[in-house]
Parts: sequence; C-alpha cells; structure tokens
Amino acid sequence: MSVNRAQRVDLEVVAGLIPARSRVLDVGSGDGLLLELLQATKQIDGRGLELSQRGVNECVARGLSVIQGDADTDLEFYPDKGFDFVVLSQTLQATRNPKLVLDELLRIGNRAIVSFPNFGHWRVRLSLFVKGRMPVTKDLPYSWYDTPNIHFCTIRDFVNLCEELGATVERATALDANGQKIGLSMPWWFWNFFGQQAVFLLKR
Amino acid sequence: MAVPRPGRTNSEIDAPSSPVLRFGADKPLKLDAGTLLSPFQIAYQTYGTLNDARSNAILVCHALTGDQHVASTNPVTGKPGWWEALIGPGRIIDTNRFFVICSNVLGGCLGSTGPASTNPATGKPYGLDLPIITIRDMVRAQLMLVDHFGIEKLFCVLGGSMGGMQVLEWASTYTERVFSALPIATGARHSSQNIAFHEVGRQAVMADPDWHGGKYFEHGKRPEKGLAVARMAAHITYLSEAALHRKFGRNLQDREALTFGFDADFQIESYLRHQGMTFVDRFDANSYLYMTRSMDYFDLAADHGGRLADAFAGTKTRFCLVSFTSDWLFPTEESRSIVHALNAAGASVSFVEIDTDRGHDAFLLEEPELFAAINGFIGSAARARGLSA
Repeated sequence: MSVNRAQRVDLEVVAGLIPARSRVLDVGSGDGLLLELLQATKQIDGRGLELSQRGVNECVARGLSVIQGDADTDLEFYPDKGFDFVVLSQTLQATRNPKLVLDELLRIGNRAIVSFPNFGHWRVRLSLFVKGRMPVTKDLPYSWYDTPNIHFCTIRDFVNLCEELGATVERATALDANGQKIGLSMPWWFWNFFGQQAVFLLKR
Repeated sequence: MAVPRPGRTNSEIDAPSSPVLRFGADKPLKLDAGTLLSPFQIAYQTYGTLNDARSNAILVCHALTGDQHVASTNPVTGKPGWWEALIGPGRIIDTNRFFVICSNVLGGCLGSTGPASTNPATGKPYGLDLPIITIRDMVRAQLMLVDHFGIEKLFCVLGGSMGGMQVLEWASTYTERVFSALPIATGARHSSQNIAFHEVGRQAVMADPDWHGGKYFEHGKRPEKGLAVARMAAHITYLSEAALHRKFGRNLQDREALTFGFDADFQIESYLRHQGMTFVDRFDANSYLYMTRSMDYFDLAADHGGRLADAFAGTKTRFCLVSFTSDWLFPTEESRSIVHALNAAGASVSFVEIDTDRGHDAFLLEEPELFAAINGFIGSAARARGLSA
C-alpha cells in the first residue's frame, strides 16, 4: 500500500475534499485504494466502477462494493444526483469521450472530483520542444503506441472544458513533481507550467 | 442406494427424512396461477444455530434439480451436500457463525409439495393436477418458513441459476426482509434460447409412452427414457464447449476403433447416458416439468411494467452478482443488465465475472475466485450488520 500511496498523492488530496459519511462513486476505482482509504477514515458509503475484471474481483474479495464497467458506456445507468461525490481519479485521459464522461459525472454527483496528469507541465513541454518526441516521464511512463492515455489535456484545457459544460470550479489543487501543493495565489499559467497533477472539485 | 421402482421416485416425497413444515387449511398459499394451494408442506434442512437477535440467518435457494441437502448427505443419492465445499463448520459460510436454511422448493420432489405428492382430494399423486408453480410461489412458501423461525430479516439470501432467480425475487418482493443478496449465474428472465432448451426436455418426457399424461404412478411406470434424454440435453447447456473438449475431446469409450453403429463410441456419449440414467433415479419427471416451467415464466421486469430497475426501487439490500465467462445458459450480459438496473435504483452492488471454462455448472464447483468473492461480500455485509466474527 505504501508504494502506491507515494505514487498517488492525489488520492489524499481527493480524500481531503470528501466529508465523512458521504455517498461516493469512484469511477476507475482500480485496486480500490481510494475506497478503502475513504471507508477507513471517513466511513463513507462507497461504490466503485472499474474496467479491469481482475481489479474488480480483488476489490470484491476485500469486501468493497465494486462492479466491472466502462466509464465511457456504463455511467448512463446511474440516476441523477445519486451520489454526493463522483470521483474520477487519473482516468479522464484514458476515456474515449472525456467530455461526455465529465458531463455524466456532473449529472450523477452533486459534486465531481477529477484528478488528471497535466500535459502542460514543463517537462512535457521540454520533451516535445527539445527532443521533438512524445514525453515519457516517471508519471507518464508509456510510449505513444502503447499508452492507455489517449486524451491528454492541460490544466488550461480542462478549465475550458468545465466552462463549456457549465461546471463551477469550487476548488482546484495542483501538485508539483514532489507531490507538494502549489500555492493558491499562483495564477493559472503558473499551475499549468509547474503542476504535474491537478485535482478539481466541480459542481453544476 | 436401493431405490424403490417402479412407483414413486423415492421415499422422500410425502414423509421425507428432512424436517417438514405443514400448512393446513387455515394457511393456504395463493399461487400466481390464481388458485389456492392447501394443504401443503415444505421440507427443509438447517445448519448452525439461530442467534438471540435472529440476525444471522442465511437462506440458500437451490437450483432446478437441487434440494435442501445443501450441506448434509443426500438421503436418496448418498452423496455429500451439493454446496458442502462452501457451507459448513469453518467453511466460507461458517455454520458455527451463521444459521443456514435450505428448503426444497414448492413443486420439488424431496419432501415439499410437488406433482409427486399425494393429492389429499384424491389420495393419488397430483401429477398435472398441481397448479403451475412460479418462482414467486416458491419464494412465498420460503417466506412462510422464515416466518416460522421468527426471522424478521434474513442476513443473506443466496443461490445459483434457478436459485438465483429466487434470490432476485426475494430481493425485489421482500427487500425489507433481505439484508444482502447473492444471485449467482442467473438472470432476471429466462431467455428465449433457455425456454427452447426446456421445451425440448419437456417434450422428451411427454413423448415417452410411460409418461401416461402425467399419471405414470397410477400405471406403475415412470418415463425414464424421456427424462434421461431431457437431462442429457440440459446437461450439455450446463457445460461449455471448451470444457467438454478438454474432458472428452473425441476420445473413444473402452474401445480402440469406431464400431460403425450407434453404441456409445465416444466418451461424451457414455458420459451423457450416465448422467441421464442416474438422474431418473433421483428425480420425478413431472417435477422436472414444473421446475423448468417456473424458470420459463420468470420475468422480473415484466412484473414491474417492463422496467427492471423498478423491481428494485428503493431497495436497501446489498447485492453481489457473480457470472462466469463460459456460461452460455446465463451469460454475463444477463447479470450485467441486473447490475445496470440496480445502479439505476441506486442500490449497493458488487459484480464479479469469473474467468473459467467450466460453464454454468461452475457455481457448484470449487472455484477459488467465486469463493473469494463470496467471502469478501459476506464478510463486509456481516460487519455492516454488526455480526461478530
């Protein structure tokens, strides 16, 4: 758990946005780390949706309420405002239709929490600018031809999409390469340049 | 084991070795067919002890040709209980911790009222005079058994295949009586293909001259050939092409070469014949007709205006569904449509699809991932219910 935790600082940021005993749907719940963290620390009523069958079976064997499904196709079955929070952590960039997925999150949850890797980070820009190659970094370890991440965006892109969908950004956090939060007073361009990951709390 | 024949399939019909709950004229059962069944009886087995709060009861629902002997030796076949690998002292469903109830379904042939039972009006077996029994009728009868034990809310209802249909019916019609539900390898309705297979089986039974319009006991006969063929056809649907090929391939049965005749040259033929023959020793042919019909009639969405989610509206029950990749009788999509309906109803639901080539029957086998899922689900439900470990 500790190894994963170090890699997924964003989970703690996400957890910090969710009050105790909330109803939470974790879309792309993976190995169930966030749900377990939230159940242990916040006594939430948590559900998971995960693409990988193996991940699902392991979650269920550990007592988590998780189903196999695809964020691109299976969110339509959830009722409007069925959850206090719908979380999409590090999954948006792997969906086929991020706009539709985000729209569904805002429909299903009173609030949506979205975290994603920022493609506007200076290392990414440097790789493209200097080497002329698609970036392969510690956090984005895939080559262009085998990456599951088919829809990268920058923090600026994401803010624009939120505006398009009529979502209000209630809170936003950018994490630098060391997992440290970037100061709130900094402007968007600064976040977009130095933020390696971003976590947004949205409402519509 | 000696089986009396011809005559009744076994001695477990009117006066079974299992405990029996009898309902007299004061407690008739209103059937979906529109008639009242009275008197009637339910044969059952229990394992473990009901706690003082009556909060640790698990109801197991058996499949088409199953029975109440889920974790104890079957008196007809002498074989171990059909889910003994899962249920018993120290097992995943630990009978030191839980009170497990399993009853023979209404329409069955191991002690609950069914077509082989004596019709008190005539003194002869019901035969086809028994009204058609539905899955909901079975569940209504189970509810009367649960009430008999004074259990307000079952901790869990679980079962596979036809048992899974009963679980869904329980969770839909009596959701406030069910804390958690575990339907395995099942569907919210019987598909056209499944009805078709059942019809083949029924026609095989009814085409047997020994069936005598269902009155075979009165003729001192039993439609063994027809029932055996029905079982053979059905048995194929419980397996998978891959598993059949793995187990039997084109291997020959006790011979070096093809005989150029219609003997059981192939192992698979011999295997199916054996399955058919052993089945007729333990199962009543008319009961087989009634059981298959009950599954055919099951359509939970149709009972709720065509929208499956409405069958679960407002449910507080925790669900876990399980399907198997090679199950072509109840393919994963059947479970997935239930999951979607439960999502729409805002229910708490887990769903596990298990990768196996063992087909529909995988739910009866020691499948490690199935047991792990049941263990995880039961464990977390028990914590939520406040049951001590």
